[in-house]
Amino acid sequence: MIRSALAILGKDLQIEWRTRESLSSVIVLGILLVVVFTIAHDAPPDQAPALAPSVLWATFLFTGLLGIQRGFLLERENDCLSGLLAAPVDPGAIYTGKVLANVVLLAVMQAIVVPLIGLFLHVDVGPVLPALLLVLFLGNLGFAALATLFAAIAARTRAREVLLPLLLLPLLVPLLIGAVAATRAVLAGGLAGARDAVAVLVAFDVVFSVAGFLLFAYVIRD
Amino acid sequence: MRRVLPTATFLTMLAALYLVFMVVPTEREMGIVQRIFYFHVASAWVAYLGFFLVAGASVVYLWTGSAGADRLALAAGEVGVLFCTLLLVTGPIWARPIWGVWWTWDPRLTMTVILWAIYASYLMLRAFGGPEEAVRRYAAVLGIVGVLDIPIIMVSVRLLRGIHPAVITQKEGGSGLVDPWMRTALLVSGVALVLLASWLMALRMRGERLAAEVAALRSEALTRRGEVA
Repeated sequence: MIRSALAILGKDLQIEWRTRESLSSVIVLGILLVVVFTIAHDAPPDQAPALAPSVLWATFLFTGLLGIQRGFLLERENDCLSGLLAAPVDPGAIYTGKVLANVVLLAVMQAIVVPLIGLFLHVDVGPVLPALLLVLFLGNLGFAALATLFAAIAARTRAREVLLPLLLLPLLVPLLIGAVAATRAVLAGGLAGARDAVAVLVAFDVVFSVAGFLLFAYVIRD
Repeated sequence: MRRVLPTATFLTMLAALYLVFMVVPTEREMGIVQRIFYFHVASAWVAYLGFFLVAGASVVYLWTGSAGADRLALAAGEVGVLFCTLLLVTGPIWARPIWGVWWTWDPRLTMTVILWAIYASYLMLRAFGGPEEAVRRYAAVLGIVGVLDIPIIMVSVRLLRGIHPAVITQKEGGSGLVDPWMRTALLVSGVALVLLASWLMALRMRGERLAAEVAALRSEALTRRGEVA
């Protein structure tokens, strides 16, 4: 089970590494969104740091949507998903592998976008880096847990491009609220003030990882 | 049964309207606009009832594949969104004279608008996903995930705005069901809206069942014509 999940993770990362298609488009979109949000806010320099948490997570939400959608459309080409289903692998393992691949993809994108946000919005992320990494990881995991489930759904319905954000964004609102609140608290002075927000993130991650793991079988069954 | 539900709905609705507009005394501080509260709160009950019914019916559908459970989930989703919309319409009508604004990002309001969006997207999936059996399964997955999201949304919206505007305490203290008739009126309007919702769901489920029968008859007729030719 764990071995097959890791095999799928390896496969997805290898495909991604060979084409670097999702990764490069997601990174460029991430940079673009940061620029767009910062310009749109047009905040005076002393108020700019206060924008960082919301710009950060709004950017990740939309870039993540794009990256995760690509991942499943790729499986549709040449009917790869049928091949994956024909393999003697538990649907839960496919789900786990894909969630992990998406977490890695998001993390790589963030490794570039987070320093940029620090630069554009005058936030020094260095001193709070460990706490910030924890919040980013919890946010990524929750996002990937839910987005992987719904990307599988959206990829196989008719109005797929519109449907994924439509289904996913309202469900992700509590994650967004928790992640923004946690990031704000962390940037203001470390994890101590972020306890409630981190609890929301952990609850979200646990509930939807388990739900996604159990429900994924109903989504990809034919 | 087909006659009982509309009749009962009609009679209870008349009783609720009579209680709300003729019997219940006017609330001292808020005045006449407070009377919207009886239908506002009752709409909230019915909306949540609908959303939980969607989840329950979705679990049954994934478990057994029963077409009836799928139709119930669809009907409950539509009725839930309808009453959630009523909730979002009656709320601001009350809020404008009392709070001075149509809308505020108070936790409870935020939660309602998020829930509305989740179940509106549920109806979108059912409407535009395509007619296949797979889409019913996807909808069931969304129906279950949606209800799991409700407690997390409830906790997360409390993180919004550390400083609540004073309006919320006003609302908590000010709904003031001091008169016993107020409680009766709320209860009767609750029953009236639940009956109305049940009637609407029964109609929708019958409509869906007839549509499925027509589709089956049509495909049967088409195959038969194919055999003759």
